[in-house]
Parts: sequence; C-alpha cells; structure tokens
Amino acid sequence: MWINGGTIFDPSSGTARVGDIQVKDGLIEGVHPGGAGGARAGAVDAKGLWVLPGLIDMHVHLRDPGFEYKEDIVSGSRAAAAGGVTAMACMPNTDPVNDNPSVTRYIVQKAAERALVRVLPVGALTKGLKGTELAEMGLMKEAGIVAVSDDGKSVESAAMMRRALEYAATFGLPVITHCQDRGLSGEGVMNEGSLSSRLGLGGIPAACEDVVVARDVLLSGYTGVPVHITHLSTKTGLDIVRQARKSGVKVTCDATPHHLLLTEERTGGYDTDAKMYPPLRTEEDRRALLKGLKSGVIDCIATDHAPHAKDEKDLDFDLAPFGIIGLQTLLPALMLLHREHALDFMDLLKKVTVNPAGILKVEGGTLSPGARADIVLFDPGKEWVLNEGAVLSKSKNTPFLGMKFTGMVVRTIVAGRTVFAA
Amino acid sequence: MKWAHKDLIGIQELTAGEIGHILDMASSFKEISKRDIKKVPTLRGKTVVLLFYEASTRTRLSFEIAAKRLSADTTALSQAGSSFSKGETIMDAASNVMAMAPDCIVIRYPHAGIPRKMAEFLPCSVINAGDGYHEHPTQALLDMYSLKERFGSLKGLNVAIVGDIMHSRVARSNVYGLTRMGARVTLVAPKTLLPPGVETWNARVSTELDPVIPSADAVMMLRVQMERLNERFFPDIREYSTFYGLNRKRVEAMKDGAVIMHPGPMNRGVEITHDAADSARSIILDQVENGVAIRMTLLYLSLGGAANVD
Repeated sequence: MWINGGTIFDPSSGTARVGDIQVKDGLIEGVHPGGAGGARAGAVDAKGLWVLPGLIDMHVHLRDPGFEYKEDIVSGSRAAAAGGVTAMACMPNTDPVNDNPSVTRYIVQKAAERALVRVLPVGALTKGLKGTELAEMGLMKEAGIVAVSDDGKSVESAAMMRRALEYAATFGLPVITHCQDRGLSGEGVMNEGSLSSRLGLGGIPAACEDVVVARDVLLSGYTGVPVHITHLSTKTGLDIVRQARKSGVKVTCDATPHHLLLTEERTGGYDTDAKMYPPLRTEEDRRALLKGLKSGVIDCIATDHAPHAKDEKDLDFDLAPFGIIGLQTLLPALMLLHREHALDFMDLLKKVTVNPAGILKVEGGTLSPGARADIVLFDPGKEWVLNEGAVLSKSKNTPFLGMKFTGMVVRTIVAGRTVFAA
Repeated sequence: MKWAHKDLIGIQELTAGEIGHILDMASSFKEISKRDIKKVPTLRGKTVVLLFYEASTRTRLSFEIAAKRLSADTTALSQAGSSFSKGETIMDAASNVMAMAPDCIVIRYPHAGIPRKMAEFLPCSVINAGDGYHEHPTQALLDMYSLKERFGSLKGLNVAIVGDIMHSRVARSNVYGLTRMGARVTLVAPKTLLPPGVETWNARVSTELDPVIPSADAVMMLRVQMERLNERFFPDIREYSTFYGLNRKRVEAMKDGAVIMHPGPMNRGVEITHDAADSARSIILDQVENGVAIRMTLLYLSLGGAANVD
C-alpha cells in the first residue's frame, strides 16, 4: 500500500513533510519526503491530508466483560477507529474486575479476534479494586496487561499504595493512579465552589484530588517507582507534579480533552453529560492545564472514555453515574486545542502518540520505517458537527454533542489494514 | 403586571418588581382565607397535581389548601423513598402525569435540578416546592411576605439566618429574595455548615451568633437535620445549641420589635428552645398562615386565572 502526497507528521522525529509512505506486511516499509516519484496505480491519494501515526489513548473504559450494554470491545474499537485511535489502554473496572489472568486472557482474545484497533489491557493493582490485597500482577502481565491501576478508585491506604508500587515495579509494570480521597469527595457530584452551592449540588473540592496526588508523588519519590497520574484536573495538582519532577521524582501525568476544553459552567443546566470524575473544574484550573500542556508537565492527553447507557444518564444529576465518552472526539479535540489555544500541533500529537507509548512501554506512535503501520489520514480543514447518529460508541453520553469541529478523520489504518474510512 | 413566567423554579429568576408584585397580590388572597366561605371560583376547571418525592406536611398541605380555595382540582401523589435509580425515572413519571393533562405540577424533590428539567420538558406550569438544597421559592416568598407584613417594607431590614446554611434551600432562596428587596442578610453557622463560595454571596457571614443578635430585625432559625449529626458537621446537640441555638437569653438581647422565624418543622431544644419558639416575638405561625396566601398567588399567576378574585 502506498499513501501518497500527504503531510507526514512523525512525532518521534518532530518532522512534518509532504511525501509518500509505503506500507508492507503491516509495517512501514519506507517514507519518502518529497515523494517517491512515479504514478502508482491503487495508491491512496492523501493530497491535502495530514498523515499521522495512529493515536494511543492510555485511558478508556470498554465495559467488557460485564457491562456490554454500555460498550464492548468491538463497539469501543469502532469508536476508536473513527477517532483515529489505533491503540487504547482499557481500565480494569469491569465485572469481573480484570484482576486475574483469566479476565486478561478473555480481553486479549476477544480483541485479537474482533477488535478493529489494538486493545492494551490494564490490570488491577488490588484484588477487586478493593485496596486490600495485591492483584496477580505478574500472571496478568504474562497474559498481556501493559500497566496496573485501580482506576475509578484510589487505593485508600498509603501503605497499600506503597506495596503496590513496589510490587508493580518488580514486573516492570507502569502504575496509573486515579487520585481521589473518598472522604473528601463524599456525596459530591461537581466541582465544589460557589457554582455548586448556587445549583444546590454537592461539591467535590480540588483538595480531594490534590491530597492523593501529593501522597502518590511522595510515595513514588520514596520508593523510586515511577507513577503516572491520570486525568489530572486541578491547578494545585499540576503544581505538585511540576515541583516533584523538578526534584527528580519520576512522575508523569495526563489530562482529558474535556478538562482542557470545558469548565464547571457546563454543569449549570444540570446536564448529566457534564458529570464525570474528576469533575469539570474552574477556568483558572483549565488555564493552568493548558499551560501545563505547553510547558510539558502534562505528558499525555487521554480521554477517560466512560460509556453509560441513556437510561442511566437520564437520572437526576445527583444519581446519574460519572463519566463521558471521548474516543471519537480525541483528534478533533486536539485540533480545537491547536486552533483556539495556539498549541503546536506536533507537540499535541506527541501527547497521544510517542509519550503514551513511552510510558506504557508499547510499540507505536511513530511513522519511522520499520514501525507498525498504524496510520491516520486526517482532513485538517473539514468542518463537521457531532450528532448522536454519528456516534459509533454504544453510549452517547458526551457534552460535545452538537459541537462544531474542524478536522475529521478520513481513514484509519491498523497494521496496514484500513479499519475505518469516512 | 403581566406575569411572564410559566413556571416558578427559583427566586434567582425573579426581579425585585416581580417579587413585589407577588407580595402585593398575596394580601388580597390572604383575605379569602378569613372569610366564612373560604373559596373563590378563580381556578375552576384547572387541575393541580402535587408530586411530593420527599417528606413534607406543611408545604404540601399549604399548596393543597391554596389550590382548593381557588376551586382547582388537586391530586397529591407522594412517593415513599427517593431513589429512582431502580424503576421509573422521575422524567418518565412526569411524562405520565402530563399525559393526564394537568395545568400545574407542584414538585418537591430530594435532588437539585429536577423541577427545572421538568419545566423545560413539560408544557404545563411547574412550581418548585423545594429541590435538594437548591431552592424553595414559595418558602422565601412567604417569609418575605411575613416580614413585610410586620415591618411595612423589606428595605434596610437586618435578617439573620442561623444554622445549616450549606444544606438549606430555604436559606438560598431567602438570600436571593431578601437582598433583591433591599434587606441585609447575615448568615450564621459554624464553618462546617457554611456553603463553599459563601463569600461570593450577597450576604455577611458570621460564625458567632451573639454579636449578630442585637442588630437583627429578624432571626430566622433553620432546622437542624438530625442526619447531619452522623456526618460530623458538629460534635453534638449540646454544643450546637450552646453556640447556635436561640434561647431565652438571646431572645432578651434582641432589639424592640424584632421577630423570630422558623420554616419548620422545629426541633425544640435543638436550634430553638421552648421559650424562644413560644415567645411574643415569634411569627412562626404567621409564616404558616401566609404560606397559603403566597401559594394561592402563585397558582393564580402561573395558571392565569380570571382577574376577578372576589
């Protein structure tokens, strides 16, 4: 397969040049800046398009096994492909929890047989995500997990977290932490502040996240085990990470597109599609996150794709589950960040390709010869509106419905095979 | 004044002019309740459905009596329990009620936001009878009416609201309304019961009750919800009532003409002692009486009843 005449972005080298790419046996055979010359029958015409390495979303919920009415590995992979995501790390809060190699094998096998993109299972840190006993990290690694996390919950005990970090490091597994002090979040459903008080909704203070960010950073520093903080949402949390990194702690972090694009104001109409954990924060927090993106403190952008069925989200704001979907809007959201906040596109691209690949220690994220041919063709000028019918996920819970985006995925290729074409 | 609202969800959405209009109109409705035959045909043929998803005696009874005195037909539906995570959702329930063509739904709900959602969704009028700790607009209006009745005007009045401000829809609606009408509000509570961001509210805040008492024209005591005890917002009732309860000593420190209010139901011996509750300063029962007049006014305005109230 040849992909000719597009602007080829390679975040591993930081270059963007017009040229041709040759794909063979699922790998990138050659990259030819300026073009390889000669007309080729059957070549994909990429003139005017951007040719990107497939995106790696390091935080998604595929709900499979156990909650297939919300999403499953196949439907999730369809949404991913449409969003230009060719690899995604799926969190273990399924039913049963992915805390043992049987569940891991189920995910790996179903993905191998039917998923359109690469599925990278994340195993639990503790059995049943209960925070009391270590999960079988070693056996799960043999079965195919790429990282460990108790995402959706924080490991409550600092002692347990310390053990989990050290044990995970034994097997070289990256640790991803969701930071939330349960006591402080209490019955809260949105960011705590004057808006939550006006709306009469329970608040989740920023400190609920920050105290655990601080704890995990300290434990990482103490044990020497790297830690990755996921869906960071507060200015203070970001300051903690920046400081820790300055003093040599091996801490990385990601933020979601919704925390980078929206604020708590979006909660004003009691719209449950604006309810997620961590909650949408203030404009000050959002501005800080944008700065963190620019300065590089935020390493990755991940969606925290969290599908929930319509009848679950149709409840009162207090009762509806936390979470929104995001796979399909990841690349368009990056474009929005690029256009509206003058963030360098190559820099943004690194945060969804080489950076997560490095943290998870998986292949991908580059268009260098010899790499996996996971490729996205992106039309940077195409304008479109996200409507419910276009959402390929089983669930439609996104605050971006009705939003106008510029930039659309026109083709997604995984291991040399086209899995999505607009 | 032409009434521009289909619904009443919160005091936040009312102008000072509109609040003044409601308070003025309520006097003529109050007169009806003093008659021998306490009924006018104003809302004959109109159907008012009372949906109460949270325990209430006073508010529900008050709305029901108000509607009946205006000749509307009323049906009350109370649902035991408050969680709809299993079974019918509240919006489904609302659609079903709507299919029976009511003219007005009065809703009390344990979570914030649902009355507003219903108002957006349903063609009939929706009146919020209290949602979570968001708003309780008719309570604030009857409080304002009671104060105006006593003092002639709300302008310049000092009103202290004391107790669990954080979880109080009554406090919120009163802050919006009273300040809009020119009164000064002081919120008194331990820091654990002050809402986040209270410094942005149009109200003074004090963690001490005693210094606030002498200058207050009205002291409004909020009910201590006993379930908050288990959540450790304060150590126990003894300590709470010592610092935040209204007792004889504090009543004696109140200035001449100052009044005591309480939205009910009272916990005697907790936020208010017997002698405070029953003192000559108490206008607690006036509040209840005025509640009927306020709710008659709102039903009348929302349902666009005939102009003649005689």
